[in-house]
Amino acid sequence: MQPIRTLTSRTVVLPGSNIDTDQIIPARFLTTTTRDGLGQHLFADWRYDAAGAPRPEFVLNRPEAAGCEILVAGRNIGCGSSREHAPWALMDFGFRAVISTEIADIFRGNSLKNGLLPVVVDEATHARLVASPGSLVTLDLETRTLRLDDGTAVPFPLENFARYCLMNGTDELGYLLAQAERISAFEAARAP
Amino acid sequence: MTPRTLFEKIWSAHEVVAETADTPAVLYIDLHLTHEVTTPQAYTVLRQRGLKVRNPSRTFATMDHSTPTDTAQIFGGVPIRDSSAARQVAELEKNCAEFGIELLKLKDPARGIVHIVGPELGLTQPGQTIVCGDSHTSTHGAFGALAFGIGTTEVGHVLATQCLLQRKPKTFALNVSGALGHGVTAKDLVLGIIHRIGVSGGTGHVLEYRGATIEALGMDERMTVCNMSIEAGAKAGLIAPDATTYAYLRATPRAPSGAALEAALAHWQSLPSDPGATYDRSVDIDAASLAPMITYGTHPGMSIAIDGTVPSPAGDPVHDKALRYMGLAGGEPLLGRPVNVVFLGSCTNARLSDLRAAARVLRGHKVARHVRFLVVPGSQSIKRAAEAEGLAQVFIDAGAEWRESGCSMCLGMNGDLVPAGEYCVSTSNRNFEGRQGVGARTLLASPLTAAAAAIEGRVADPRQYLA
Ligand code: SF4
Repeated sequence: MQPIRTLTSRTVVLPGSNIDTDQIIPARFLTTTTRDGLGQHLFADWRYDAAGAPRPEFVLNRPEAAGCEILVAGRNIGCGSSREHAPWALMDFGFRAVISTEIADIFRGNSLKNGLLPVVVDEATHARLVASPGSLVTLDLETRTLRLDDGTAVPFPLENFARYCLMNGTDELGYLLAQAERISAFEAARAP
Repeated sequence: MTPRTLFEKIWSAHEVVAETADTPAVLYIDLHLTHEVTTPQAYTVLRQRGLKVRNPSRTFATMDHSTPTDTAQIFGGVPIRDSSAARQVAELEKNCAEFGIELLKLKDPARGIVHIVGPELGLTQPGQTIVCGDSHTSTHGAFGALAFGIGTTEVGHVLATQCLLQRKPKTFALNVSGALGHGVTAKDLVLGIIHRIGVSGGTGHVLEYRGATIEALGMDERMTVCNMSIEAGAKAGLIAPDATTYAYLRATPRAPSGAALEAALAHWQSLPSDPGATYDRSVDIDAASLAPMITYGTHPGMSIAIDGTVPSPAGDPVHDKALRYMGLAGGEPLLGRPVNVVFLGSCTNARLSDLRAAARVLRGHKVARHVRFLVVPGSQSIKRAAEAEGLAQVFIDAGAEWRESGCSMCLGMNGDLVPAGEYCVSTSNRNFEGRQGVGARTLLASPLTAAAAAIEGRVADPRQYLA
């Protein structure tokens, strides 16, 4: 996992509420057995027309979206299925952070495990971000703050452990494997 | 001792390491259910790191998501048509063989949808922690098990360590009272609950469904309710185990029996929330006021009574977009609207009692000429039972397609799809844009309502078919 300490990028805005994981990546693209190359299918049903040609009006197809690493989404992004293909596709496309007022639980957990930073902000900050697509935003994990282009700093919640893993590029599997003795003791204690 | 909730009892019994301000809890997992779609990348990680599956006997695999439901491709010697699905099925077989995991193979007589076979075999038991790389794992909460969906990285964690890193969720009591009305089912109840609390109303919480209405439900119905907990954004759904639960488990092949059952019962009976236990949130639901429900929009909270009209909130762009996608206008009724496809299936509503309910409406009728009615039992055992008691013949005689078990049109990744622009009354759990196929328009409803729609070829009130 790539460590992430600060991230500065222009934003892409997808304002609709309840963007579910079937929109982020439709089920027909889940028959892969690897995690690579899913970026081409990100938001496939919104990005491409029935003939498979990119819809020029869709934000991700616009030239100003190129290189943007921060996605600002409407409330409750990531609801629906547990498919980890959703953060994989977002990251493969180039995103490193998702900002919303509410982020669905499983999607949030999956994002953290892959180094995609889920950022929950208050309604007012969200409204400002939605109203100014392409604005420059800095996310600082050290201070857990989001800085808008006018310098306004807004705190965002992030548990210590998740922050530690993100900042150090540590994956949780290593941490869990290190608990082997305690897991064995637990199993022994409850064996009939 | 302070009174504890069902959730707290299960949680604390599985804490290998308690959470602190800096670190999440290490939670022990009793049962890990797996399937072909969300596991391949997890096994790749195990191989890369040279790890084994820590506890193969707590891991169980079936194939359902991308697996065909077409008899020829399962039993007829015809190869699986979709090559990437064929690859996933082959890879699951290889992974299970290499890592020593019990697998229900393609032709296994017990194979079926993961959330249907777990309970059916008696693998799902009260007080357990259960996970699966599928969000509808919440289904197993019907047995008083803490069950939730996980991503593929976490599938790897559980395979390698039998544990997960978890923050303790909050608790949310749904106190349901009042008898369900004529033609009103558990599906209508849960759609009503989601409508009430919203599609993110349960975020961060474990729901516990309580009250006389819930106690009166059979296990199949309880599973339908818990199945859709995730559609309210909840981590999991729970129902306290009781005599109904124990009677169900006694009839399964793998639940404890004999002396082991006595010991298990003593444990199970200690699980229900103590009197006076408190919840972080609670809501009272009056079930008696519910009618059969149907969704009109693109998330499961957008539902109305079957004889209601599509709402038209002013100046809500999200609502407007959903209605544009659905080809509907605010203020219009759904009753009488022509439908093209009816799907009876999925882990929400493809158990024997669901097939019986639909057959009860369908008996003596024909499926409307322009409607494709696809009936996909939840497991091969259910399929055989339905054939033995004559239900399959009712569907076939009416003109429905009778399939092998699997997820099928619930998520449209095995080739069973609703064409763009067409309306499908579906007993599944999600009506998201494109869920059943690109441009497909899904109307979620109960098996009774689905059967009535199949007969009339339009959205219909099932109550007129019930004597
Ligand atoms: S039937 Fe649908 S919801 Fe259930 S496990 Fe299959 S895809 Fe998931």
